[in-house]
Amino acid sequence: MKRVGYMLLYVCLIVVAVFQVFPVLWLFLFSLKNNQEIFSKSPFSLPSEFRWENYLKVWDSGIGSYFWNSVWITGVAIVFTVLLASMAAFAITRMQWKGSKLVLGLFMVGLMIPIHSSIIPLFNMFLNVNMIDNPWSIVITYTAYNLPITLMILLGFYYTLPREIEEAAIMDGCSVHRIFFKIIFPMTIPVISTTVIINMIYNWNEFVFVNTFISSDEYKTLTVGIQNFIGQYMTDWGAIGATLIISMLPILLAFLFFSNKVVEGISSSAVKG
Amino acid sequence: MNRVMSNKWIIGMYILPAFLLISIFIFIPLLLSGYYGLMDWDGIGAMKYIGMENYFNAIQDGLFWQSAFHSFMLALFSAVSLIVYLAISLVLASKIKGSNLLRKIYLIPMLLSSVAIAQLWIKVFNPSNGILNSILVSLGVDNPPAWLAEPAVVLYAIFIPILWQYAGFYILIYYAALKNIPESIVEAARIDGATPFQIAFKIKLPLIMGVVKVTIVLAVVGSLKYFDLIYVMTGGGPNGASEVMASYMYKLAFSSNDFGYGSAIGFLLLIITLIVTVVVRKVTASKEELQY
Repeated sequence: MKRVGYMLLYVCLIVVAVFQVFPVLWLFLFSLKNNQEIFSKSPFSLPSEFRWENYLKVWDSGIGSYFWNSVWITGVAIVFTVLLASMAAFAITRMQWKGSKLVLGLFMVGLMIPIHSSIIPLFNMFLNVNMIDNPWSIVITYTAYNLPITLMILLGFYYTLPREIEEAAIMDGCSVHRIFFKIIFPMTIPVISTTVIINMIYNWNEFVFVNTFISSDEYKTLTVGIQNFIGQYMTDWGAIGATLIISMLPILLAFLFFSNKVVEGISSSAVKG
Repeated sequence: MNRVMSNKWIIGMYILPAFLLISIFIFIPLLLSGYYGLMDWDGIGAMKYIGMENYFNAIQDGLFWQSAFHSFMLALFSAVSLIVYLAISLVLASKIKGSNLLRKIYLIPMLLSSVAIAQLWIKVFNPSNGILNSILVSLGVDNPPAWLAEPAVVLYAIFIPILWQYAGFYILIYYAALKNIPESIVEAARIDGATPFQIAFKIKLPLIMGVVKVTIVLAVVGSLKYFDLIYVMTGGGPNGASEVMASYMYKLAFSSNDFGYGSAIGFLLLIITLIVTVVVRKVTASKEELQY
């Protein structure tokens, strides 16, 4: 009786797992088919032959350039975010000053705000300084909006570092900059890798800012690019499927290799949601 | 030590870049949104001060209330679905083989962009070639709905991918909280003759209530500001049937060029989110947190 109940629960868990991955597997299946197969055969059938040319076709007709935009914008924003958040975490946890609690509180509040309440003034701001349709407006925005969550993840680690580190370093006549860049920052590499992955997921998948601030095709990132692209290829399911799989691949690969980091980062980003 | 680590210049050098960025790009725009809400403004020309008119209009705007109702429905569905995630996590955390792999599989949709999820589910919901209707037809359903094209169904249809997207996230959080409960407590209860159900409901659940409350706030607030997937999947249509607050605001500003009114709605969205956060916190607050 107990075994039956256990099996039943197990089956439930597996059903949920199938529900969670099946749509993505189905997407991969139809990304390798042509329209004739898709419209005449069962949606569950395997492709008669793997049509990888779907991938080549969409890559050459524009997806490649969106992809590289996503890569550099995501990458540069991550470097800024992690560096500035690390410096802020250092100042807040290791240095003594009035108002550090208040500033920390502001970062916490920054986690909660709906971006739609700030996007019109932000748009106007960039318009006034001539930075609409400029990819740097996206880099700056990503950096600013990811600072709170990155800081939150870093703080826990900074609080656990023993004070003796700085005490000893200062005794030896070490400057604050040397303490941060040569001692503390290298010690935080494990938690930095977590924040890098979380930032990567957020930046790679972001949609609203790019959709609002960027109008030229040459600066669009994948999320917005595929949106336009799919508009043109409305009826070619294979091309749409290939496009979507390409857009998902970098994050899925990162997950495959660093799933524990991703799990850790997402758990500690619970405050953001 | 103290002298070196409290040097004002150095502190400024470390905290100011991050602090200025969030002030300029997060907090000042928030305040400006409330201010722009007082203007008649098309986004290009000069602003004209019109007092509280936009805010009064919003209160009387049936479309705004309709979109707010949809947002609150999503919040309700998201909050109720937490019960399911909690149940799954309770099973998952009870020493089941492969639980680590399963929770990672659950997380996969969370890693995908809302645009990709939306495009994928447009295909899932496709009336003739999508998997959903294919399954329904093979189960003997004669006329399955055209999901995204039917005003009566569309709102609930788009809730499915949204819940699909976030399920793994909440399961992960509950799982982590349950794994944090010391084994000795559960063991002691088992020795005293508690059944698995009693252990789950009388011991484990009360111990993770703090985390559950946080997730309720997250689910509700996250739903109220939800945008991407709905915007891509239906654009709020057909005929406003799936419009939510954020998509209504976005449309007003960036399609109708009514930046003043859009700002007012954006500011109301902020106020509503703040009020609901406080209310949910108050409702779920208990006098003392359980400790172990």
